Amino acid sequence: MSTISRPEVEHLARLARIDMTDEELDRMAGQLGAVLDAVQQVASVVSDDVPATSHPVPLTNVTRPDVVRPGLSAEDALAAAPEAEDGRFRVPQILEEDA
Amino acid sequence: MSGVSELVRWDAARLAEGLRAKVVSSEEVVQAHLERIEAVDGPTSGENPDGVHAFLHVDAEGALARARRIDADRAAGAVLGPLAGVPIGVKDVLTTRGMPTTCGSRMLEGWVPPYDATVVRELHGAGLVVLGKTNMDEFAMGSTTEHSAFGPTRNPWDPTRIPGGSGGGSAAALAAFEAPLTIGSDTGGSIRQPAAVTGTVGVKPTYGGVSRYGLVALASSLDQAGPCGRTVLDTALLHAVIAGHDPYDSTSIPEAVPDVVGAARLGAGGDLTGVKVGVVRELSGEGYEPGVLARFTEALDELRAAGAEVVELSLPNIVHALAAYYLILPSEASSNLAKYDGMRYGLRVTPAGDGVTAEQVMRATRAAGFGDEAKRRIILGTYALSAGYYDAYYGSAQKVRTLVQRDFAAAFGQVDVLVSPTAPTTAYRLGEKLDDPLAMYAGDVATIPANLAGIPGMSLPVGLSDGLPVGLQVLAPQQADDRLYRVGAALEARLTATWGGPLLAQVPEWKGLSA
Repeated sequence: MSTISRPEVEHLARLARIDMTDEELDRMAGQLGAVLDAVQQVASVVSDDVPATSHPVPLTNVTRPDVVRPGLSAEDALAAAPEAEDGRFRVPQILEEDA
Repeated sequence: MSGVSELVRWDAARLAEGLRAKVVSSEEVVQAHLERIEAVDGPTSGENPDGVHAFLHVDAEGALARARRIDADRAAGAVLGPLAGVPIGVKDVLTTRGMPTTCGSRMLEGWVPPYDATVVRELHGAGLVVLGKTNMDEFAMGSTTEHSAFGPTRNPWDPTRIPGGSGGGSAAALAAFEAPLTIGSDTGGSIRQPAAVTGTVGVKPTYGGVSRYGLVALASSLDQAGPCGRTVLDTALLHAVIAGHDPYDSTSIPEAVPDVVGAARLGAGGDLTGVKVGVVRELSGEGYEPGVLARFTEALDELRAAGAEVVELSLPNIVHALAAYYLILPSEASSNLAKYDGMRYGLRVTPAGDGVTAEQVMRATRAAGFGDEAKRRIILGTYALSAGYYDAYYGSAQKVRTLVQRDFAAAFGQVDVLVSPTAPTTAYRLGEKLDDPLAMYAGDVATIPANLAGIPGMSLPVGLSDGLPVGLQVLAPQQADDRLYRVGAALEARLTATWGGPLLAQVPEWKGLSA
């Protein structure tokens, strides 16, 4: 049984920037444990000499001519912003008060 | 149904022919479908207790205006594409300029994208008329459409059952005669499994065969937009419109698109002499419902009767595909969904108090904006990618991906196409697997391998089991999408003859839950 502890889920939720209630953390820990049990077989079926595949079609360095072409206007790009000011996104403070 | 409303029963090829011959106008066709949506879909916003709820947004005015323009162009003698004037529904995971795009999530509720996805641009360019956006599991995570933040879609064959997912809206819209064509997206089966459980046709093209530009990303190495229709030929006609290289998507394939329409017309003759069909041993038997296996076996007999050589073969590593997928998908999803941070677009939730930081806003926004299934997969992906677990989980899953690809390569050295049931069961009841993610994931066992390998796959209806549709999956090598259409059209032609008409002629008239 590859259990995933509640503090571990709490840590992951913090890394993923999702606030979770106690009830959510409890439920998530149980469900994730069951899923991890089911998927951990992958580690036992592969050997070191099997290369990893990250992408279904082999592609390297796709380039295009460097030419100017129309893009989104600043107005379009900001149209859905929760807050905008002076042609820019307005965001909450990014540092703690005492940082 | 009678009069104009009869038009909703026409398939896209027949509508296109009628439009070309000026027997009907695009305005009449679009109006008929809007009336049908009005009659069976229920309110287009909010939770609807009794409608199909295939659509999240309907743009009636925009669609009628576009239809009138197409009619005017046709009257003026303009050269139009083969599907010009035919209405279509688009899964709400593709961006549409000026039309809301929610991905079934509170996170994007009310978001109106500033640009069209390439697929949508291609539809407009070909003269198709976008009716609106179809319902889906949140950010395409789910197999039932119950994980839509805006309420589930119901299966037109039985309103108490799921329409599949994540593209349940696109499949149900076809089966309920709300649209003759729809666009879906398939990351682990989200086009094919809904097609199977609604008695419709759906194709996941070769990875890179259709542009992903403007397809909101779930798992970038697996996602593929594709066509959905009520017949194999309709699906091919739509495939031809949306496929092809796109400089805006660096993963799109620069080579020419296979002649899928020609293949569908060839197959419709019902002759498969010289075609070798492989039955995947690992994708039938235990875990598959007897009714599903019975229809599958009968379909194999039809393939033999069409002249195909049917052999059984083994793809031993395919049994690990499901596990690999449920590591690779959450890993990529946790990365792709990191951009929903409440800063540039979409939901922003600001906790009460002074000195609230951006990080607190992100955490509150993501807590409120994502549903359970999205959170589960983000946390799982964060875990699989974290230091100490990366090699055992994500790294091993990528190696399994190599083994699955090798199995397919070996199989396609022996046969032209592979077949299996599309899903192990028919449509189950709404709510049945809501609290058991593992049980839901198991339903993707037959569709996932194609996404891992980047190969194309089709689901088409092969009959009913206890009144519910059963789908058969056809798989082909990368860039051989045409083989799906030839084999699919041949099988469809033979089965339709035995049924005395399309399977969807048997779908009960929609009465909602009062039925």
